[in-house]
Amino acid sequence: MEQRGFSAGLKAGVSIAIGYFPVALTFGLLAKTTGLSLLEATAMSIFVFAGAAQYISLTLITAGVAPAVIILNTFIVNIRHFLMTASLNEKMQPDARWKKALYAFGITDESFSVLAIQKEDNLRTTFAAGVIVISYGSWVVFTALGHLIGANLPEFLQAAMSIALYALFVGLLVPSMRGNRKVVSLAAIAALLNSLFFFTGWLTTGWAILVSTLASAIIIELIASKGGRS
Amino acid sequence: MGSWIWWTILGMAIVTYIPRAIPLTFLEGRELPSSIQNILRNIPFAVLGALIFPAIFFIQDNIWFGVIGAAAAFGIALLGANVMIVVLGSIAVLAVYSLFL
Repeated sequence: MEQRGFSAGLKAGVSIAIGYFPVALTFGLLAKTTGLSLLEATAMSIFVFAGAAQYISLTLITAGVAPAVIILNTFIVNIRHFLMTASLNEKMQPDARWKKALYAFGITDESFSVLAIQKEDNLRTTFAAGVIVISYGSWVVFTALGHLIGANLPEFLQAAMSIALYALFVGLLVPSMRGNRKVVSLAAIAALLNSLFFFTGWLTTGWAILVSTLASAIIIELIASKGGRS
Repeated sequence: MGSWIWWTILGMAIVTYIPRAIPLTFLEGRELPSSIQNILRNIPFAVLGALIFPAIFFIQDNIWFGVIGAAAAFGIALLGANVMIVVLGSIAVLAVYSLFL
């Protein structure tokens, strides 16, 4: 089969771009009310490109928290990407380090999920570039637009669109779950552990996702190798 | 905002980039032990479970948005629809729901 390149990547990334639309729009709006200029708000989306961390930073800026603490918090929220890019490295075609360093910037929860769930191995760098360009474009453009128009979507649409990124994750996970007990177990154990951390408050969100993902991946590997299955 | 906001953005950019870039560049061309490889191949499905639950239920203050949205997303996905249809369909279901509120 012909390996898919940039335009196939763009197409695979459209659902991310749709999901980012309301989130980025609201971020631009909130950044404005927090006191960031259009340039500052857009620059944050251009250089950081991490939704959860950017939202939290606004809360911290409003609270007058020191920049060093905001930066440390950003690191903790995003440390889970370490696990994702290590996993993604197994999936991608070998390529020059500078190219990998370049597209590494665009790895988010969403772009990782779309790339990692693709059926073929040795995914092309250009495919990843396509997924990232459309996601990143949506994130940056709609951040600026949210700040510029300074108003949100109609409330019913805003509420309805808040499901988009989760629907994306569900839409990626479910086809792999069909008839595959291993995939179901991996998702279920991680979901249960993450829920446990959430409701007990034992770990903050960034750590909770990291720990529950890693624990589930290790537990299932231990069971699979013990059972002699591949 | 003063110049500190630019230093904050720079700092956030650096600490966000590090965990993204180190594995992809450092692990390039290295063969990991097979048990580690297997664990890394398990990560995508585990991470999706953790990203979806429990956050999907708390997308709005009104918990029914999350419950109905989750049911719609899983329902549409189980019918075999592609990702785009799952996303747009779930949004449509919730849009209709919120019109009835």
